[in-house]
Amino acid sequence: MKARSMLLQVAVAYLMPLLLIFSIFLLIRGHNEVGGGFVGGLVAAAAFILHAIAESPKATRAHLPLSPDKLIAVGLSIALLSGVLALFQGNPFMTGIWLKQPLPVIGKVGTPFIFDVGVYLVVIGVCLHILLNLAEDER
Amino acid sequence: MGFMILLLTGFVLTFTAPWIRRRLRKWSLPVFLLYPLAALALLWNISETIQKQSAIAVSLPWVPSLGVNLSLRIDGLGWLFGLLISGIGALVIVYAHGYLHHHPQENRFYGFLFLFMTAMLGVVWSEDIFLLFVFWELTSISSFLLIGLEHPEEKARKAALQALLVTAGGGLALLAGLVGLTLITGSSNLSVMNTLNGKIVQSELYLPVLLLILAGAFTKSAQFPFHFWLPGAMAAPTPVSAYLHSATMVKAGVYLLARLTPALGGTPQWHTLLTLFGLATLLAGAFLALGQTDLKRLLAYTTVASLGTMVFLIGLGDSLAIKSAITLILAHALYKGALFFVAGGIDHSAHTRDLNRLGGLAGTMPFTAFAAVLAGLSMLGLPPALGFISKELVYEAALESASGGNALIALIALSGVTAVGIWVAFLPFWKKPDEQTARGHGEEITLWLPPVLLGLISLGLGLLPGIASKALVQPAVEAVLLKSTPVKLALWHGFTPMLALSGLTLAIGTVLALNRMRFQPAVQTILQTLAPISPERGYERGLTGLKHFAALQTNFLQNGYFRRYLMVTILSGILLVGIVLLQSDSLPWTSFTPPRFYEVILVGVILTGVFSVTRTSSRMVAAALLGMMGFTIALIYLLYSAPDLAMVQFTIETLSVILFVLVIYRLPQFTRTRGGPPAVLDVVVSVAAGVLVTVLVLTLSAVPHDSLVTSFYAENSLKLAQGRNVVNVILVDFRGFDTLGEITVLALAGIGVFALLKLSGKTEAIRTSSQEETK
Repeated sequence: MKARSMLLQVAVAYLMPLLLIFSIFLLIRGHNEVGGGFVGGLVAAAAFILHAIAESPKATRAHLPLSPDKLIAVGLSIALLSGVLALFQGNPFMTGIWLKQPLPVIGKVGTPFIFDVGVYLVVIGVCLHILLNLAEDER
Repeated sequence: MGFMILLLTGFVLTFTAPWIRRRLRKWSLPVFLLYPLAALALLWNISETIQKQSAIAVSLPWVPSLGVNLSLRIDGLGWLFGLLISGIGALVIVYAHGYLHHHPQENRFYGFLFLFMTAMLGVVWSEDIFLLFVFWELTSISSFLLIGLEHPEEKARKAALQALLVTAGGGLALLAGLVGLTLITGSSNLSVMNTLNGKIVQSELYLPVLLLILAGAFTKSAQFPFHFWLPGAMAAPTPVSAYLHSATMVKAGVYLLARLTPALGGTPQWHTLLTLFGLATLLAGAFLALGQTDLKRLLAYTTVASLGTMVFLIGLGDSLAIKSAITLILAHALYKGALFFVAGGIDHSAHTRDLNRLGGLAGTMPFTAFAAVLAGLSMLGLPPALGFISKELVYEAALESASGGNALIALIALSGVTAVGIWVAFLPFWKKPDEQTARGHGEEITLWLPPVLLGLISLGLGLLPGIASKALVQPAVEAVLLKSTPVKLALWHGFTPMLALSGLTLAIGTVLALNRMRFQPAVQTILQTLAPISPERGYERGLTGLKHFAALQTNFLQNGYFRRYLMVTILSGILLVGIVLLQSDSLPWTSFTPPRFYEVILVGVILTGVFSVTRTSSRMVAAALLGMMGFTIALIYLLYSAPDLAMVQFTIETLSVILFVLVIYRLPQFTRTRGGPPAVLDVVVSVAAGVLVTVLVLTLSAVPHDSLVTSFYAENSLKLAQGRNVVNVILVDFRGFDTLGEITVLALAGIGVFALLKLSGKTEAIRTSSQEETK
């Protein structure tokens, strides 16, 4: 992108952390209130894309802890493993296993929540994989 | 249990062998040898049980719901095959260490080899026919990988594909046949089936089942008219040809026929089909072999002839014929494996396999020559090699069968095979070298030791026919016939018609061999005239036909214009759903609640958006308008208390507008077709789609709603899945498997888009660069 807006850059600097925290908030509360891994992932992806528009796709990639394709792989693996865990207990694939005591802040933790984390990561990964590549190849 | 662990280890080795090979380099040889030697040790361990005509069986449940078990049963036949597979397998590993040294695909070769070895052992040890089928297909796949080892060469790729298509096509027929057999007998257990001959033969499914199973066995064992893939498979490195395409894999079809003899055999159909195809294959193989000059192709066609003989003998089906079939399997595996090794050694040393350019190698390659003589004796059927005994038995079985013509056909064909044997085993070593002859440069122990060993075993078994008959042949024969059958092989039977026929074969063969230069061109001319009607040409025509059809269909349905895709999709949707709707009862116009004013406003906004999209001339405006409609729909979700949906819709719309904006940069100028027939068609189709969806929604909402599912989720969401948000609980818990599938699809779509973005640029680059080259 040729001309960058200073206004947008300043706004993004404040908005991005907020959006990311919000996305994680959506992910965690998803099991009981409105939200979930899918929406959370979309919000996080939107946050990163906003950053890419304000700065540059390259700068956004530098901010990512993992490249989008790796995010997809990690997310899918987490989702799959969360289902496999039940097999070790002799239960069918994807039977939910829950911790007895809820953790502080996060709340009750169980394999469906871990599965949701996997969904969250895959959604971020796919969105960024497509959008960042499109944005980078722009002429 | 040891056998089960052995097979599992084989699959582990399939994946670790390349790595082991990379790590240990030449020290991988003893490690790799452990596997076939362990198999041999296990077989040695049960030899007493096998001699007593009993079998070892193990079974583990695999797919209990289908009644399919991982059950192995090793009887005399499986034992003999097991010995051949693991024994020759060990020699192949030794040989390959010399032959494939510094080959670029060397490491992966061992992975494929172990896959094959394991699969082949599985085929001959399986008790469950579906387990057998799985192993059977694995041998086809490993054969494909091994033939295509030289994949940079087009010839190798083509041959690999041909072998796969022919054998896997036959495999499909086999599967259907095996299912039919299970339907008749109610069991997938080979031992059970083999006791139900009467029931199978009287079933009306008998003939179709027989034909399907024969199709599978004939394609695998390269019977006429499917024989052509085997010479093509000679594109594989020689150790592969020696192992898969002569000693073991191609005998899988013969094995299956022998194995199913008690279940399917004994009928006129069985007898006629097998003897007919067997003799045709024998003749075709021998004749085609006479036209070749390449050592490996010569051997390949004589292998086809031998396989034909085996099928013919199994077709005869009496105890004498089975006895000679088993002896032939043993003798053939030993001498043909050795001759392939010899051919590979010659190729390695003289860098050619052309008969016309070979000669006088006995001096530089004494050990290879020795091996060739040992194996050649057996192939020619000279005493005291095992091949002599087996040829006597073939003639005896042919003479005892009803028609004397069988023996005559066998005589003609086997004379041809004998001539080829002389060419392959003696010409390269003792023909006087001339100016065309390629020079050989020495030999390596890894390349001559395996054929010498095989040749010595072949000679030893001929000299000690008692051991061969009692220890090896008799248990196998009894396992096929399921009854006690004493087998006594001997070198000398006195002056019999068989001996006369053997002598005659040798005489004709020698005459043919000595006059190679005179008649071989004639054979080649005949073969060239016949080429247009050869089965191989038929296969090629079928393949091109299939490609043309696929291209035609693809061009019609997927012509590259998005308009066409949308049109096809929407029109088929309208057609299929519309037919069903028309057949259902007339529309139930239920009474509606009057719309509230903010609903009217929202719908008004959407309608304005739709109208504007069709009128705008800017892509950017169109994208923004579509986004506006999406947000309005999200508002409607909110009104009807579906906050989850609304939230997803909001974020999705945001991202899609961004996506549109990014894509628009890459698109060419927005051209608009105004008026004219295409625009009218567009209007008609879109209106029809809208009407259809409306009618569909109305019809569906009129159907009394089954609330069982809804209430189940609502009640159990917190109780069973510890969550109050029912939508999310359904997504990640109740229907978590679906979601797993969906995110996998999502990930694939992401990768696909990436590939489209990156590769489309590349192909353009390639295209322009090639254009520049042509300029």
